[in-house]
Amino acid sequence: MTLWPLDSFHGGIHPPENKSQSNQGNIQYPPLPKRLIVPVLQHAGQPAEPCVEIGNYVYKGQLIAQNMTAISASVHAPSSGTVTAIGPAPYPHQSGEPYLAIEIHTDGLDLWQEPTPEINPSTLTSAEIFHIIQQSGIAGLGGAGFPTAIKLSGKIMSGIDSLIINGTECEPYITADDLLMRERADKILAGVDILVQLTRPKNVLIAIEDNKPEALAAMQTALAKRAYHVVSIPTLYPSGGERQLIKILTGQEVPSGSLPIDLGIICQNVGTAEAIYNAVALGRPLISRVTTLTGAALKQPMNVECLLGTPIQELLDFAGLDKQQLSQVIVGGPMMGFSLGNPAAPIIKTTNCLIASTAQEFPSPEPALPCIRCGECEQVCPSNLLPQQLLFFAMGEQHEQLKAYNLPDCIECGACAYVCSSKIPLVQYYRAAKADIRQHEQKLAKAEHAKQRYELRQERLRLEEEQKAAERQARNERLARVKAAQEQAAKQESQQAQSTGSISDDELKRLKIAASMAQVALRKAEKQLAVHDTEALQTQIASLKAAAKQAQDALAAAEAQLAQNSATSSPAAAPDEALKKAKIQLAMRRAAVKKAEKAETDEASLNSLRQALQQAEQQLEQLNQTHTKASSTESTSTEQKTAAAPISDAMKKAKIELAMRRAALKKAEKAGASADELTQLQLAFSEAEKNLAQVSSPNNPG
Amino acid sequence: MTLVLIAVAALTILSIIFGALLGFAAVRFRVEGNPIVEQINAILPQTQCGQCGYPGCRPYAEAIAAGDKINKCPPGGEATIQALADLLDIEPEPLDAVEGEKIPVVAYIREEECIGCTKCIQACPVDAILGSSRQMHTVISSECTGCDLCVEPCPVDCIEMRPIETDLRSWKWQQPTRQYQIIASDKEALE
Repeated sequence: MTLWPLDSFHGGIHPPENKSQSNQGNIQYPPLPKRLIVPVLQHAGQPAEPCVEIGNYVYKGQLIAQNMTAISASVHAPSSGTVTAIGPAPYPHQSGEPYLAIEIHTDGLDLWQEPTPEINPSTLTSAEIFHIIQQSGIAGLGGAGFPTAIKLSGKIMSGIDSLIINGTECEPYITADDLLMRERADKILAGVDILVQLTRPKNVLIAIEDNKPEALAAMQTALAKRAYHVVSIPTLYPSGGERQLIKILTGQEVPSGSLPIDLGIICQNVGTAEAIYNAVALGRPLISRVTTLTGAALKQPMNVECLLGTPIQELLDFAGLDKQQLSQVIVGGPMMGFSLGNPAAPIIKTTNCLIASTAQEFPSPEPALPCIRCGECEQVCPSNLLPQQLLFFAMGEQHEQLKAYNLPDCIECGACAYVCSSKIPLVQYYRAAKADIRQHEQKLAKAEHAKQRYELRQERLRLEEEQKAAERQARNERLARVKAAQEQAAKQESQQAQSTGSISDDELKRLKIAASMAQVALRKAEKQLAVHDTEALQTQIASLKAAAKQAQDALAAAEAQLAQNSATSSPAAAPDEALKKAKIQLAMRRAAVKKAEKAETDEASLNSLRQALQQAEQQLEQLNQTHTKASSTESTSTEQKTAAAPISDAMKKAKIELAMRRAALKKAEKAGASADELTQLQLAFSEAEKNLAQVSSPNNPG
Repeated sequence: MTLVLIAVAALTILSIIFGALLGFAAVRFRVEGNPIVEQINAILPQTQCGQCGYPGCRPYAEAIAAGDKINKCPPGGEATIQALADLLDIEPEPLDAVEGEKIPVVAYIREEECIGCTKCIQACPVDAILGSSRQMHTVISSECTGCDLCVEPCPVDCIEMRPIETDLRSWKWQQPTRQYQIIASDKEALE
């Protein structure tokens, strides 16, 4: 045993210890239960997610629920068997409400998945050790159940000041850690070795209250050559509280709102140290724990190494429960535990003690009296709070005042209520107030979150609306531009129409449609009038009639104008058309003559046909003359360039005639025609030549 | 006479200097908006349900700041009225709601009935409904404020408001019942 300078915390009490009932024998091993109820939440923080299904066979130590967040611990099958249910099941909680659990029907074989070889932890790196601890579902076994991996992450990497192994076990009745230290000191120390390897502390302090001399001796013996300090501390409730223990051993106070690690201190329970050894060296996850079974209603109070998930009822029966004597089952110690509603609830990682009490042992609380302001509670508070003041604020639900008086620092140890001369259940007031504050804060946080989301949504909607408005404006502008252009074009058109005095076909069509529509509307109205004769209808008909008449007039005027237009424009078009007609007639007559010649018709009819042909030829010639005259007059009125066209036409003709004459002359020469004929042809040729020269002379002078 | 003139001149100069100073301060340290609106808005539950008759919590906060009554918020209930009364230093009034204070609820979409019309998505003030056109919608219950604005627009009535389930994690300790032994006259006064 080391002599270590000890400090002390404020307050504290000495309740009757009641530890001797259960710490007499060795740790017992109850029979394997037929049915294990393994809740997915056995620790502080978020529940684990089940990763097995109903009907699956699971081996002992197999992962059945995975931790999804950092502040969570995974859950493993405590024994081999079949998963029979996953759903709400009885749960050890003060509310008595059920919670999600995985139910396993054990097959009695207690079969490990595979034999894991023993590992020497000193060969592992810090990261490997940390990983194993994280995967093994280890949570603090002292009672609070904080996931161990979280405590060992973060600031520890640079080494810590002190590693404190908590073996104080200050609460009355509980002897689980006492027995564990007596029987498995070497395993605990091996676990401490692993923690030391991981955290590299300057000091390792193993704190044990002086009411456990056997445990102290066992630990001291097992220590051997290790440079750890086994420190005996005076028995005082609640010296096992983390902050109180730190104060005793180091004299330092953990400030409100910060954690021991901020001072470079880590606290671990002795049971947790053993679980770490089992996980790292033996490869066994946390599937069982040592629990104290005690209370006057049990025939053989004892400590048991029980599988997590074992129904509490079975354990109590194992310890010889006298049902007649039983008044209530308390989970945890008498100071901080709670009364269990349903004994079918299982043992979980935080269940360090079960007290089956009789009515004499824990009589129902006396009725509370008004506070007399004796100040006893302030004297014993280990957190240096003002319990009396807190009580009044809690009764008045003054949350701001409660926070100002540091209610969150209350560890709910129950020392104040223990000494209260008015028997006021102070801790219950504090718990209710803490829950109210937490709920209110959650509500505020949710409101703030909702506000942010609402404002973001409003902003988004506003931007969308703005964009839409901009698009709409752009579209409108584009449409306006197109419309303006169309209107302008229409205006120009109508101006043109007015200036030329003509009306387009489209216009006429439109007018026609308008007129007919007006007519239809009028007819409909008249029909209606025939059915019911009202003044309104009559006036309507009158207006419709007027409209129809107007439309008809407009149409008539348009048609008249159109007719006039066509009349004025026809003479201009006449010469061409007449010429065409005459040409067609001529061609037809010629064809008829040829046909008649071929068919060898009689001379008279042939003659008449020839005459008709001649007539047509004459007509055409006449027309041709007028046409050329007209075009020549036209051309003279226009520019010089356009005048070139009829002249060149005449020249073309003359040239063609010349070429034809030449061809005829050559033919005659070749054919050996008579001299007369030849001279005649030559004359004609020269004449054509002259003609051409005459035609081309104005175009080509010189 | 000169003494009086000097005094008048000195006071005039001083008043001009301080006036300029105040004018500068009024411009330089101008507070944007009404700070009391922010404080009122922080107390309101931000469900954006519109049951107060205003389109959201902030408009109601503005209305309260302008003199409207503080008892129009059913989701906030008596606690909100009390907080508003404390803030504004006025008398709390009983809640002005037909159904009184409601238990906290979240919207739930019966997904097999949903036709994917997106009407509820458009109605949700906090974007707590997930889904797209002709696809099944669902409520993100952690984001839902329970304002029930999505119930009305649903054409197939597949949205219902369900009370928030309580389990042992949301369970909370209640204050012990007080049974003080009282003297006879106190008892009579109580009865």
